[in-house]
Amino acid sequence: MAQMEFIIEISLENKPAARDPVAETIKRDLLAKKGYENVSKVRSGQYLRLILKANSEEDAKEIVTNMCNDLRIFNPVTQNLNIINVKKL
Amino acid sequence: MTIKVAVIQFPGANCDLDAIHVLKNVVGVDTRLVWHNDFKEAHFDGVILPGGFSFGDYLRAGIIAAHSPALDEARIMLEDGRPILGICNGFQILIEAEFLPGALLQNESLKFVCKWVNIKVLNDRTAFTNKMKKDDVLAIPIAHGEGRYYTDNLKELEENDQIVFKYSTEDGSVKSEANPTGTLENIAGICNIEQNCVGLMPHPERASESILSPKQTTHGRIFFESMIEFIKRRST
Repeated sequence: MAQMEFIIEISLENKPAARDPVAETIKRDLLAKKGYENVSKVRSGQYLRLILKANSEEDAKEIVTNMCNDLRIFNPVTQNLNIINVKKL
Repeated sequence: MTIKVAVIQFPGANCDLDAIHVLKNVVGVDTRLVWHNDFKEAHFDGVILPGGFSFGDYLRAGIIAAHSPALDEARIMLEDGRPILGICNGFQILIEAEFLPGALLQNESLKFVCKWVNIKVLNDRTAFTNKMKKDDVLAIPIAHGEGRYYTDNLKELEENDQIVFKYSTEDGSVKSEANPTGTLENIAGICNIEQNCVGLMPHPERASESILSPKQTTHGRIFFESMIEFIKRRST
């Protein structure tokens, strides 16, 4: 089967237990001060977009998940890996 | 015996030559600066991962360097009990290479913190603290943006006596006023269970000569003297 190209977006989000001063500052010193008190929670993280060859969407997700685990792209002590979006190019 | 120590140079390191200077000229041990791709563990009795930066610290401080071949070599040393010290960025690398547990997060202030602080010795039996005494207070500088230690398993660290240093006041009181970064439980440095691998955010190589210290202290040199002692004990 010919491999297809997929675009896959992932986020590395800080786990709730560890304090997230970037998000706290955005919420407290920017949003709240500029009238967005309705925002009750902000968490910061990192975002990566990859283009890769795979057999299917599921295959692409599996490759990326394994890669992130093997290479410790996220620190499992403090971050969660989320696959936000996968689509065929 | 002739003791030989390596200081690994990663792209972006900037405390490598300071470490070399102290080891060679202050402590008097044969020390080599080794480029990370060229490091071979068989030639060395101990290894220092110095401070600075590595690979731009992209993704997370230390994560790219943690995949360097130098860490594969260092892992052999870790497993056979030779001493490994990670200072600042070196500590971040040891965490990301999983030689040491936990994570080092951005300082709570979101600022780079650069100042002299005091640390209290909690474990005086490691490869780098065996010439210190428990409860000693050392004057030492820090200089980092990502040194807020975090673990989801504090109890295990405590039970295994892996917390080596905590930030304290000059009289040894461990309290939040003495915590420069919001680090968990004032933790400044930890070790592995076997105690041959130590990582810490403060810079002993910048605190080893009285001329560099605001209080003319030389506490940093005890880290390196302890390493020499540890190597000598291992060989007998």
